[in-house]
Amino acid sequence: MKKEWQQQEDGVYKVRTCGWSPPGDHPVGCGMHLHIKDGRLVKVEGDPEHPITEGRLCIRCLSLPEYVNHPSRIIHPMKRAGERGEDKWQRISWDEAWDIIVDKINYFKENYGAESIVVFGGTGREACLYYYPLGFAAIGTPNVCYPQSGWSCYGPRCAITDYILGAGYPEIDYAGYFSDRYEHEGWQLPEYILLWGKEPLKSNPDGFFGHSIIDMMKRGSKLIMADPRLNWLATRAEYHLQLRPGSDTALAMGMLNVIINEDLYDHDFVENWCFGWDEFVERVQEYPPDKVADITWVKEEKIIAAARAFAKAGNSTLGWGLAIDQNPNGVQLGHALLAIVAITGNLDVPGGVTIGPPASLMGKWRVETRAELSEELWDKRIGAKEWPALSTALATTHPDETLDTLETGKPYKLRMGWFNSSNFITPTNSAAPDRWYRALKNLEFCVVQDVFMTPTAMAFADVFLPLSSFAEHDGVVVTHYGRNAVFLGAMNKAIQVGECKSDVEMMIELGKRINPKAWPFNSVEEFFDFQLKPELGFGFAELKEKGLYQPDYEYEKYKKGKLRADGEPGFNTVTGLVELSSTLFESWGEDPLPYFKEPPYSPYSTPDLAKEYPLVLTTGARTYASFHSEHRHVPTLREVVPDPIMEIHPDTAKKLGIREGDWVVIENMFGKAKERAHITPAIDPRVVHAQHGWWFPEKPAAEPSLYGVWESNINTLIPHKHIGKLGFGGPFKSILCKVYKAEDQNFYK
Amino acid sequence: MSRNGLMIDYEYCTGCQSCEVACKNELKLPIGKWGIKITEVGPWQVVDDKWEWNYIPVPTELCNMCEQRTAKGDVPSCVLHCLAKAIEFGPAEELAKKMEAKGKKVMMFLP
Repeated sequence: MKKEWQQQEDGVYKVRTCGWSPPGDHPVGCGMHLHIKDGRLVKVEGDPEHPITEGRLCIRCLSLPEYVNHPSRIIHPMKRAGERGEDKWQRISWDEAWDIIVDKINYFKENYGAESIVVFGGTGREACLYYYPLGFAAIGTPNVCYPQSGWSCYGPRCAITDYILGAGYPEIDYAGYFSDRYEHEGWQLPEYILLWGKEPLKSNPDGFFGHSIIDMMKRGSKLIMADPRLNWLATRAEYHLQLRPGSDTALAMGMLNVIINEDLYDHDFVENWCFGWDEFVERVQEYPPDKVADITWVKEEKIIAAARAFAKAGNSTLGWGLAIDQNPNGVQLGHALLAIVAITGNLDVPGGVTIGPPASLMGKWRVETRAELSEELWDKRIGAKEWPALSTALATTHPDETLDTLETGKPYKLRMGWFNSSNFITPTNSAAPDRWYRALKNLEFCVVQDVFMTPTAMAFADVFLPLSSFAEHDGVVVTHYGRNAVFLGAMNKAIQVGECKSDVEMMIELGKRINPKAWPFNSVEEFFDFQLKPELGFGFAELKEKGLYQPDYEYEKYKKGKLRADGEPGFNTVTGLVELSSTLFESWGEDPLPYFKEPPYSPYSTPDLAKEYPLVLTTGARTYASFHSEHRHVPTLREVVPDPIMEIHPDTAKKLGIREGDWVVIENMFGKAKERAHITPAIDPRVVHAQHGWWFPEKPAAEPSLYGVWESNINTLIPHKHIGKLGFGGPFKSILCKVYKAEDQNFYK
Repeated sequence: MSRNGLMIDYEYCTGCQSCEVACKNELKLPIGKWGIKITEVGPWQVVDDKWEWNYIPVPTELCNMCEQRTAKGDVPSCVLHCLAKAIEFGPAEELAKKMEAKGKKVMMFLP
């Protein structure tokens, strides 16, 4: 970038930065200038020099000053002054906060072992990189937990890719690696973009800038979308496969059936680079398009046409979404989708699917910090032995086992919790958050680090540590969490608000107090220099000057021996090939080939229950105005999306006596939630969709209200531990429910 | 010289509302007032797989096409921040030619 990273203009101090969190988002690293006047953030303006976002910003960044300067932000450390759940707090100094915390950590470690402490981390925010070193290298516990049932976000897709391709995260080739982007010589425009269970415009998944899809459509790319909802983007698609929620794997296998039986696959790639072809061909015979049409509710001719279009096209790509993770049959789905990409010759080619290196960029100060723990302690990680497919790929506990441990005290009692940017009794990621809520009460001492008081913090925090927004700290944003990073951007501190500190600052301060040998860094800059210099040859100060760094991309690495540590051509898997039949799945007792399994609760798997709960519920579609549970108190954003919205077809609504804007109850055998009905023909009459992430900062803080967290808590309808055989995937996107008009329409009384 | 206008490509406007908030920031507008506001047409089925669903940002009485910004050579705030790059600013005559060249789902406002 040409401009200086800081400028003075008309009494305004402008700081260039690449955004991450908080407020939450995935590491997209959008480029912007933060405008500071009299020590306050007054405005945010997009940075036209940024190669990916080119000045574009979404409404969450455009309203950032309202978030940063919000009067209800917590800007000093606090300790609880009353009982848990009472809204009574006392301001304390950082020294006092660390003294209380360090005493407690030492007490639990000495009396019960470090494993009695569990660190919870939230989705997407910077914390999801730093909760590993916080747990392993600062606190010293093997129990770092991402509390979503079946680890249903990003982790399953990474694990599947690891086992099937031996590579980092597979991504749409949007020329993100190249400074000249779409003009780059050697890059090709994808002819088709297959978006599966993914609406990237609103979600910017994992660091992919969603509107790159629009950039490529303007240049001529065509879309195929597999999604139970007709969203706006699907109206611009050439094929929209509006499938029954949870039937995805059948649809993918049906498409493979067409591609293989009509001989539309890349013979050269299959013969030279794939393992298990014959068995795979035999397996797809079980999924002829007419049968798949019955399972998925997608017309047979449409399945055939979409499969043909994708397979016959020039270089084409796949964007796979959260729906792969939030599905107990999702491992098989991911496997089938990678197979579609591989056998059509679209892997690691221009305009196809890029694959990251097996080791993540800037990864050494993350999961690798588990080396700080003894083998004996590492062996105590909750659920690791029971779920090897999960614990081999991910350094966390098994989330569902962690809830079991909290409830039962087995194999040992958890006594202290650390909530790092995770508000998970709100319907963000955990299934059965009501169960988590009751179980978390067993913890004797809890620390919460966050920006605002949340329902989770109000219920459990004994000490609250105030976290800084990305406008207030130095840091590095790495897209795709380093697993297929198209760039590395500098986050530059522009202001200080109260006594807030970043995750990295807190981690260093705590680490120095508990395990100083692992924390020789005297500043955040030193911490990042230590990571950047060995890999990239420059430090944080230089990254600030550059603005961002794009590493470039080499295609067809598998032909050149650049995917394997031994330098041999091929893939970094057990067989050295793309495993259409998985050696590792088989070794863990799973079918080595993809197969379709009905969701645990569906009109077909539980027809009796479906009589009482006749609708299929899918959850979690995004809006531009929030990131999961965040942003609910930002006035401009709340004006855009004021209420939790559920979508229902006009015919279904009419039958149920529901009118536009009515508050309705969505209920099943596990729980219920109240949302407002939006009547739309874009959803199948047999399906409803409901938003997640809702709580109400304007409602009473103290128990039992906890900011109204139980009123629209859609995740109470999602059951605990209904996961796949390998331990991945909860049924967040496919469950049964009934819907009726709420008796009380006065929600905000 | 012809007057300036805003060209809206509603084939690609994704309804992200960045124009609305960017404009509020520029004109310092309170809750309930807009200098540009998205309207929504659809979704409804035209035939089989064809759906009508368009977002169209409509500049209001308050839009001054960012006089201060354009005087300095910057583009209007809605144009810079639009996630789909669906808004273009320029002389109406030039925009009219671009509209004709695009041929569909495009319109121009002279606020």
